Amino acid sequence: MKKQFKGTESYIASDALSEVVNAATALGRPLLVKGEPGTGKTLLAHAVAKDLGKRLLVWNVKSTTKARDGLYIYDTVQRLHDSRFSDHDVSDIKNYIRMGKLGEAFTADEQVVLLIDEIDKADLEFPNDLLNELDEMSFHIHETDETISARHRPIVIITSNNEKELPDAFLRRCLFHFIAFPDEQMMERIVKVHHPDIENKLLAEIIKKFYWVRSLDSLRKKPSTSEIIDWVSALVSGGVDPRRIKKEVPFLGVLIKKEQDIDIVLAQANPY
Amino acid sequence: MFTGFFFTLKRFGVPVSINEWMTLQEALKAGLTDASLSVFYRLARAILVKNESYYDRYDRAFAEYFKGIESDDILVDEILKGLEEVDPLTLTEAEKRLLQALPLEEVLENFRKQWEEGHFKGHVGGDRAIGTGGRSTQGAFGYNPAGIRIGQGYGRHGSAIQIAEKREFRNYSSDMILDTRILRVALSKLRTLLPEGPFDELDIDNTIDKTCRNAGDLELVWKRSRKNKIKVLLVMDVGGSMEPYHWAVSKLFSAAKSQIKDLKHYYFHNCVYQDLWTDIERSSSVPTSEVMSQYDKDYKVIYVGDASMAPSELLDVNGCIEYFYRNEEAGIWWLHKLMARFPASVWLNPMRRRIFETSLSGRMISKIFPMFELTLDGLDEAIRALLKPKRPRITTEEIQSFINRRNRPYQIMY
Repeated sequence: MKKQFKGTESYIASDALSEVVNAATALGRPLLVKGEPGTGKTLLAHAVAKDLGKRLLVWNVKSTTKARDGLYIYDTVQRLHDSRFSDHDVSDIKNYIRMGKLGEAFTADEQVVLLIDEIDKADLEFPNDLLNELDEMSFHIHETDETISARHRPIVIITSNNEKELPDAFLRRCLFHFIAFPDEQMMERIVKVHHPDIENKLLAEIIKKFYWVRSLDSLRKKPSTSEIIDWVSALVSGGVDPRRIKKEVPFLGVLIKKEQDIDIVLAQANPY
Repeated sequence: MFTGFFFTLKRFGVPVSINEWMTLQEALKAGLTDASLSVFYRLARAILVKNESYYDRYDRAFAEYFKGIESDDILVDEILKGLEEVDPLTLTEAEKRLLQALPLEEVLENFRKQWEEGHFKGHVGGDRAIGTGGRSTQGAFGYNPAGIRIGQGYGRHGSAIQIAEKREFRNYSSDMILDTRILRVALSKLRTLLPEGPFDELDIDNTIDKTCRNAGDLELVWKRSRKNKIKVLLVMDVGGSMEPYHWAVSKLFSAAKSQIKDLKHYYFHNCVYQDLWTDIERSSSVPTSEVMSQYDKDYKVIYVGDASMAPSELLDVNGCIEYFYRNEEAGIWWLHKLMARFPASVWLNPMRRRIFETSLSGRMISKIFPMFELTLDGLDEAIRALLKPKRPRITTEEIQSFINRRNRPYQIMY
């Protein structure tokens, strides 16, 4: 039996999430992860790689990224440049073919974890251009007439921030998991991972206040997990009394990043 | 396996394909569900559902299909009568593990058998029959992870169907009136990217072209990067009958503000006349004609309102609901002019379609503007309509005929 993903010391995965990761691995399908910012979509791939002891390749997608960039790059400009001087061998195209992240994952000697981060940033057609490559786990290099097929099917984790709809054909081939924002108990566990020595009373007050701030509907940007962790650090190192948290929101700037939002919180911040 | 579930999902409007269904079968064959209904619930969801807005429908379909055994039969009531709430059973870890090993199919089979044999009356404790507080695979308040729970709005150990029944993902459901995050996502589809700013991006195609023309001597060509250039006018109905929808409208407004850089907003009450208000209290205003000349026709206009008013407000001179406000031109003409000026316009209505389509004013206004529900699905359609505006939908003759019909003597009654 292969090793199963269970989450790591610093990354707490819900049962549903680890099951889905394991199912995606077993079925050899890419896993698409969505969720609010700060729910640990990107970190998931890091945790999977760490827990299963595999190498992680990260492909950061930008608005200008083309699907082909992930497969291979034929560096024509370099070749053209080299041709002007006679110190390179420009007759062999292979010297100018560079593997992209997907290509790297296919040619690796062992199974790797491939993170395709923020796939929705790219062009609408981007996911469609990867369909065949992710299905067959192989691609063809026209310039050298070579076919690269995966030696070991990589574990592919794709994150999306929901900025664009992904095409249906692409979705059909993925497994999908939506990371819901952690509830209060889960959040307690998450904070404790980062601050194991925190007093329970303090933590309880912090969490209560945090979810209260999140419940304010008019906020432009609700604080997320990474903000609460920074906030706890600030409160702990500032030695803030739990009673003070009950009355006000100390170090509000750590939690809220937008000026208008700060005004909203201050206006609403009254003792319970 | 569970082919009925496939069709139940379809019936609930979850878009599942055969491909995905086959993937699920593959997963079942590989034993990935661990023979547990809760794992099956989550795994099937990961494979079949690709958008969190369908999670809620999935939950409903799941609850219906896997509770089907229960609703099929009139015996349910009898079973419920037979079940009595008792103290929950405490099991050791070893016992729990034993129970976990039961395969789902066997559980369902066992359930049917027990049912047919009628092992359900007044049953408390025990390992096999339908009852309460036991270790059997059916009944209520018992401990069996793969069990079938009958009746009782809650259970002690949380089964899959129960999780499905909780409908935690209701908020993500697309037919629900919106929350800000989802709205923002929807509005982001409006983005149109156009080149703007300094020439700081390498134009590869032109560089290659120029370089070739120079016989291989490199010449770099730069271009401007693309920025979001969407321009939106948001025109909102406030006060009166819109009061109950205030919440939904303010969400739309705050989402639009964060998503669209060039957003202008105005207010009106029931219908637009010669002035548009610039604040929600309706204390300061600008002439509508000025708004029409100030903004070019590339502006996309979103009207938000319930479009429900007396026909006089729409069709009559001086028909405005506010007594001291006089309008020389009927409201419908103003709406028509606005539509002609800004061809990319839509009307979002916070009421359900079946309601706004029954009101006379709703029907008339939706002849002028494409009208959609203020739900995620509605917003999606509206945005599609904004991106591909159609030709004017209604002619001036038709509008005149509305007014003429209204002015016929026998209609004076109201």
